[in-house]
Amino acid sequence: MDMKYIIGIIVAIIVIAGAYFALAGSGGQEKITIVGSTSVQPVAEKLATEYMKKNPDVKITVQGGGSSVGIKSVQDGTANIGTSSKALKANESQELTQWEIGKDGIAIIVNKNNAINGLTMDQVKGILSGNITNWKEVGGADAKINVVVREEGSGTRDAVQEIVLGKTSNGTKVEFVKEAIVQSSTEAVQQAVAQDPNAVGFISFASVKDAKALQINNVSPTEATILDGTYKIQRPFIFLVKGDATGAVKTFLDWVNGPEGQAIIKSDKVVPTGKQVNSTS
Amino acid sequence: MSKWNEEFFIEKGLLLTAISSVIVIALIIIFIFREGLPALQSVGFFSFLFGMEWAPSNGQYGIFPMIIGSLGITALSLLMAVPLGVFCAIFLSEIAPSKIRKILNPTIQTLAGIPSVVYGFFGLVLLVPFMRVQFGGTGFSMFTASVILTVMILPIIVSVSEDALRSIPVEYKEASLALGATHWQTIKNVIFPAAIPGIITSVILGMGRAIGETLAIIMVAGNVVQIPGSIMDPVRALTSNIAIEMGYATGVHYNALFATGIVLVFMIIVLLVIANYFHYKKKVTIGGGYL
Repeated sequence: MDMKYIIGIIVAIIVIAGAYFALAGSGGQEKITIVGSTSVQPVAEKLATEYMKKNPDVKITVQGGGSSVGIKSVQDGTANIGTSSKALKANESQELTQWEIGKDGIAIIVNKNNAINGLTMDQVKGILSGNITNWKEVGGADAKINVVVREEGSGTRDAVQEIVLGKTSNGTKVEFVKEAIVQSSTEAVQQAVAQDPNAVGFISFASVKDAKALQINNVSPTEATILDGTYKIQRPFIFLVKGDATGAVKTFLDWVNGPEGQAIIKSDKVVPTGKQVNSTS
Repeated sequence: MSKWNEEFFIEKGLLLTAISSVIVIALIIIFIFREGLPALQSVGFFSFLFGMEWAPSNGQYGIFPMIIGSLGITALSLLMAVPLGVFCAIFLSEIAPSKIRKILNPTIQTLAGIPSVVYGFFGLVLLVPFMRVQFGGTGFSMFTASVILTVMILPIIVSVSEDALRSIPVEYKEASLALGATHWQTIKNVIFPAAIPGIITSVILGMGRAIGETLAIIMVAGNVVQIPGSIMDPVRALTSNIAIEMGYATGVHYNALFATGIVLVFMIIVLLVIANYFHYKKKVTIGGGYL
């Protein structure tokens, strides 16, 4: 075999490896890892991108996994910041400082051609749990209701199950109707509802585009009604740190809760609140 | 470096590339078993395999409806794609003038190159509403998923079958025609039977693609965990189940998804063994060699 080739290959490997270490290890960079709710992920990514533009010496990585993963990762220290799209229980929040960066409304959506403009919370519960199966029972056309839900584990699904469906008198969770179509992303739910005049689904208020968001108990989902709490189907977006935030993490959190960060949160249609909160229960 | 050395290194190098795929398969199987077995132990093998309820939040892990879903979607799409693909291949290899072939071949190959998410989105915004208007229900169904899959596996079946048909020695055809057989009789009685092993290979490959396809199926099948009462009912496939829930799963739920993977791998192995059996059984032997 020709030695020239072997030497050539070795040189190439050294050059590539050298270039990698030179670029990857451009030392002195502060690293912040954000892990948690897939609902918070888009806005967290936007915040991270903007912050890194202004502070090139900080490297922020944003990962999903779900709210419970976020809480666990920040507790055991694998993440600097955990994110959650549900209020923490008392036993989850030990040693954690919570920052509510904003509130996200969940819209109950129907096809734009559906005559229904609003429902009561009980009607929504009846529809999603399968007790109401025809639109005429809630004042609409005589047609079967096609329920579209998110997949098991989705933060949006959990939030709707908790806020709208609640629990039965003996304490078990009320389940979604078994025949419901399952779609695995916000956009897929929206498209499924947009093409079916008899469909109903739920997505983050920020994402409503091709479907009609219903009034719930005569309150439309808007930034104002979400902020003052009159629109009931909403959840907090929470950033968590262990103990008190220090160093680069503190600077980042201050920026997020400052005017610049709040403006970015608002541009994502999440209603910014930017306050420190305590556990609810 | 001596000649002997060169031979030695080339031989071992080639051997290494050959066994690397075996090593990868072995590693994957070991890994999914290690991750999946805890779920099989805690749920129980039979209640996992034949359980009818899938509700991870309540600790119920039964995948039987999804096994039916995967098999149903695959069988239905093969039912449509195999006749369509094989006749298309016969046309391309035997009848089509070269002008038409020059247009058809690249067109069919383009079908293979379209990413599955595009098929899925196409299905979601066009095919699902069409099915809902034509057949009622929600439009999300086993049938809708199979139609999308049919289009996806068609290029594989056409191109592999066409190669098989073309590889039949021209003497066969000439001999048959010389005996007075018509062109169709020659195709039906000589060329097609001789090409059957290759055509079976095309079906195996198509089946592999169909049973493993995930993304397009998620978007059009409806993903309801139930045994479908008809082909117009929504179903969930095994692959979809893993892909949909893996992002959030922890603990037993996570292990159960890997156990779903174990079942999927074994289903594919069994199907491959059956298909390979037919492949060898149908082999035509001529003068001591395989065709």
